Amino acid sequence: MFDFTPEEWVAIALSIQIALVATAIALPLGIAVAWLLARKDFWGKSLLDGLVHLPLVLPPVVTGYLLLIWFGRNGPIGALLADHLGLVFSFRWTGAALACGVMAFPLLVRAIRLSFEAIDRRLEDAAATLGANPLRSFFTVTLPLALPGIIAGMVLCFAKALGEFGATITFVSNIPGETQTISAAIYTLTQVPGGDAAAMRLVVVAIAISLAALIVSEWFARRAGRRYHGD
Amino acid sequence: MLVVDIEKRLGDFEIKIAFESRGNVTALFGNSGSGKTSTVNMIAGLVAPDRGRIALDDSVLFDSTARVDLPAHRRHIGYVFQEGRLFPHLSVAANLDYGRRMSGLPRDDVESRRVFDLLDIGHLLDRRPGKLSGGERQRVAVGRALLMRPRLLLLDEPLASLDLARKREIMPYLVRLRDETRLPMVYVSHHPGELRSIATTVIQLDGGRVGEIGGIELLDRADRDTL
Repeated sequence: MFDFTPEEWVAIALSIQIALVATAIALPLGIAVAWLLARKDFWGKSLLDGLVHLPLVLPPVVTGYLLLIWFGRNGPIGALLADHLGLVFSFRWTGAALACGVMAFPLLVRAIRLSFEAIDRRLEDAAATLGANPLRSFFTVTLPLALPGIIAGMVLCFAKALGEFGATITFVSNIPGETQTISAAIYTLTQVPGGDAAAMRLVVVAIAISLAALIVSEWFARRAGRRYHGD
Repeated sequence: MLVVDIEKRLGDFEIKIAFESRGNVTALFGNSGSGKTSTVNMIAGLVAPDRGRIALDDSVLFDSTARVDLPAHRRHIGYVFQEGRLFPHLSVAANLDYGRRMSGLPRDDVESRRVFDLLDIGHLLDRRPGKLSGGERQRVAVGRALLMRPRLLLLDEPLASLDLARKREIMPYLVRLRDETRLPMVYVSHHPGELRSIATTVIQLDGGRVGEIGGIELLDRADRDTL
């Protein structure tokens, strides 16, 4: 049953690549936004909060369409990035990573924000009295203590990015070898006669990758949790 | 010399406190809600006064008219908190070394050894804070504050979270600290017995104001009042 065709291998590898890149790029931004939302009061905070969460509540097709308008080759942001950085999103795997990152961003930010809010801020006061400036205090106290939440957020982000379908297919279509992820490949296979066996193989792969990600994150979170509570 | 002259409004509570301290160990003594912890937080730079001035020797830490407010991380004031506040993700050794690393001081093994011996914490270095007893935790917290080489040491009810036996265990270390280093200290407590063994000057706070300033004889009167 597990004789994957070259096309299926490409879809699997592409899915993992897109999900990893989406997570890696979303992570620093997610940490920054989560920290702002958890710690700072500023004008427009509710607006930022709303914008971050919008992909969670909008129909994915709408998000994909908005990305197409803004980040397409002729969109205001897409044209700018293409002309100055040579970064093209439309109908490329990079666009799929962007769509996946945007869709997964709320989950990432929520998890990290919660872990920032759970940190005893008196420890940051203690760090300040010991001579740590705010930046060093952030990297030596806040960030390590938030690590379990950051890992949980990364796994959620990765899993969401791996399974993203609606926004991706709207934005960058379903091109084998470029933008066809596991989800898109399964969708295609279910639309053609005799595709059931291949679709089932990819379904098993999707389950396996997602489960593996969950197990790895559980392991990391437990290890991090143990470090903070004694041993 | 520490000069404090501050005003701070916290909701309905107003703190208006002024004192100068030359003594080796200055005790801030008073009931809970008398403004003791707020006062040391303002000396440490964790809370900003509304008005006033705080100076330590020849450096101004806070002055509202001159718009000076040195941030906590640049005050070089050690702080021992009531509940220790050791970093749970770092070993005892890394906790002790934290202040030196953050202040950019060179490694000084002789000084470290002296502090470990003074507080008897050398055997705890490999442990995690979560595995320490209450008394060990507070000794490590004192050591951590000492190893950043502070100009002044603030101790906010450092024994309050401990039972009587642990209090008796730690007090001799603090007295040794007073006698063996010339480090000025501000020691906050509501407990006359605890202060009697360590304080050199007593400042009595009451409802956010300074009541009396004197020696440890003030504590005897407090004892009588509570009886």
